[in-house]
Amino acid sequence: MRERPMNTARQPDRASSWIRDKVFLGMSFREYLKSNMTVANGIAAIILAVAIPVMVYRLVYGLGPSTNLTDTNPWGIWIGVDILCGIVLAAGGLVMGTMYYLFGMKQYHHFVRPAILTSLLGYIFAVFALLFDLGRYYRLPYPMVVSFGLTSIMFLIAWHFALYIMALFVEWSPALFEWLNLRKLREFFSKLAVWATVFGVIIAGGHQSALGALFVIAPGKLHPLWYSELLPVFFLISAIIAGLSMVIVESVLTHRVFKKQVEQFDYAEFDKLTINLGKGASAGLIVYFALKVFGLAHSGRWDLLNTGYGYWFLFEILVFVLLPAFLFAYGARYKNVRITRWTAVMTVIGIVLNRVNTSLIAFNWNAPERYYPLWTEVALTVGVITMGVLTFRWIVNRMAILYDHPDYESMH
Amino acid sequence: MHRREFLKRAACISGTALIGRGDVSAEEAHIHADRYGVLVDTTFCIGCRRCEWGCNEWNKNPNQPIKNFEDKTVFQTVRRTHAATFTVVNRFKKPDDGTPVYVKKQCMHCENPGCLSACFVDAFRKTEKGAVVYNPDVCVGCRYCMVACPFDIPAYEYDKPITPRVTKCTFCFDRISTEGKVPACVEICPTETLRFGKRQDLIALAHERIRNNPRRYVNHVYGEHEVGGTSWLYLSAVPFEQIGFRTDLGKKSIPDMSKGFLFMTKVFEVIAAWPLVFAAFYAISKVKDRHNKSGTSSHERKTDEHGKTA
Repeated sequence: MRERPMNTARQPDRASSWIRDKVFLGMSFREYLKSNMTVANGIAAIILAVAIPVMVYRLVYGLGPSTNLTDTNPWGIWIGVDILCGIVLAAGGLVMGTMYYLFGMKQYHHFVRPAILTSLLGYIFAVFALLFDLGRYYRLPYPMVVSFGLTSIMFLIAWHFALYIMALFVEWSPALFEWLNLRKLREFFSKLAVWATVFGVIIAGGHQSALGALFVIAPGKLHPLWYSELLPVFFLISAIIAGLSMVIVESVLTHRVFKKQVEQFDYAEFDKLTINLGKGASAGLIVYFALKVFGLAHSGRWDLLNTGYGYWFLFEILVFVLLPAFLFAYGARYKNVRITRWTAVMTVIGIVLNRVNTSLIAFNWNAPERYYPLWTEVALTVGVITMGVLTFRWIVNRMAILYDHPDYESMH
Repeated sequence: MHRREFLKRAACISGTALIGRGDVSAEEAHIHADRYGVLVDTTFCIGCRRCEWGCNEWNKNPNQPIKNFEDKTVFQTVRRTHAATFTVVNRFKKPDDGTPVYVKKQCMHCENPGCLSACFVDAFRKTEKGAVVYNPDVCVGCRYCMVACPFDIPAYEYDKPITPRVTKCTFCFDRISTEGKVPACVEICPTETLRFGKRQDLIALAHERIRNNPRRYVNHVYGEHEVGGTSWLYLSAVPFEQIGFRTDLGKKSIPDMSKGFLFMTKVFEVIAAWPLVFAAFYAISKVKDRHNKSGTSSHERKTDEHGKTA
């Protein structure tokens, strides 16, 4: 807590001063409202004004009228984008947690808390979006408590999601307790964090690959260029690449948006570390590309490259895998942080493209009917992402995410 | 659920929670030598669609007068199963002379069903009689069974907002459990197209028919080996891919495709756990060393604490 005189004399004011301090950022309610009248918030408000009624509409009228899902295409963008892309882009916490806590790369200190917060919110909002996709969302805990489908990859994912959200919460909670000024809890959870990371690394690897394994059981439905028995490995490696790239993208964005919080910041060091992350991503992309080629060689379907889907496949792996691998390496060789950052953006787009291809575009490629999202599906997805971003900003504005809390020794 | 069964499962679950263990194979539990099947001889089907009417009637799906099923215009498109339609008859044309071939479509009742292994709340069951049945009481509505089904059979009640169910042919398990009763579609079929019996007998019968009339049939009993075998079996005069069947599905059952991954994940999670735990120990002890060395920290209270525990 800041060094401001506490209103110990006037008891009734304590609660309101706490709210003022913690929630309204030290402003009065009116000032706080005024400070929120920004263009960005206006856009967010418009998005939510559409998305929230869509959510209600989905709950009241069901999946039929609110989606383009059919019996042949049972999964749409709420799975393909909200879950598959949402979870893979939330791999930053896994990557940074491993590097910082387990490999002892302490120089990445400043990347850790934002990455873990992003992951935590990514998972929470992915599951929130999933609620709208589930026919009987009110049964979400059933695989945990009522009935156990032990042969299902989905079962593994459900458990791993639940446990991983808890692990991420533990990793993030020191920031929460610093904000609430609960010193004892903060100390306790700081010590628990390294164990949560160990646990998290084990199960995050498991479910990132399991998301790929979801499609291993549908060889007849996924286009042969994307189908491979290596899908779990593809998903795992691309999750690590996505984690590294997202940390780069997100650190640039947060440093722009929350400039005031990072005034005393060593930018030369920051750029150096960014380039190193890019180097790691480059290595990951090369391995990923090689495995993709092995996968293709194993299936032996080279002939399919000379088809419409083939060009699309080549576009994905040449422009969004091989090219960024070289660009990251170029950025590292010539110490060009701008190239590293733009390449990270490109890599993130490429991984989103891969997930959308696997779950929507190359999926059911041979089916008599194709799926296109209804506008309500898009609105809900954009709405959930907006909620995630707003929550992220709300927390970063209040808790010590981008800087070390002055009253507390930095962790470890 | 019996107590022992419950304990076994509870053990699996706690295992799953920690290291992703636990796996009950479908075949060990359910495959029964006397299970039933249906042989569909498409060479006899006249496309009267009475099986559709009978199916709707028995399963209390919205129905029409039986006369309406004589309408041939529905054959202009190839139809699939839907929420209130557990079976459909489609018309294909023989490539050589253009004569129609009618093919009934419904759940194949796999020997080792993909929907069953895909379901994360164990809502599907392969009964002793051979039927693959669905339990709506535990279904969460993830629709992964629909993704998993290689025959695109399960449908979803998308228009029910609160209690949607997955729907599919039940093999009339509530009829065939009674001795002497056959599925509704089989009962109403006016030709010899549908034949209900023990699956083993039907396979023998199918091969006998092919042997006796090699010019009438292609030498292939669809469902004998496809995705590990199905309870419903088909005979045809033309190659199956010409009458709407997928012949690229292979003999491997759908559950077998995920088994390897689940096993590898368990192994990985168990093996990977140990080095990571040691790494964590190492990381913590290093931190403590550093704390002990930097004795002049401004946070004396904290340093003291670490000193004590180290």
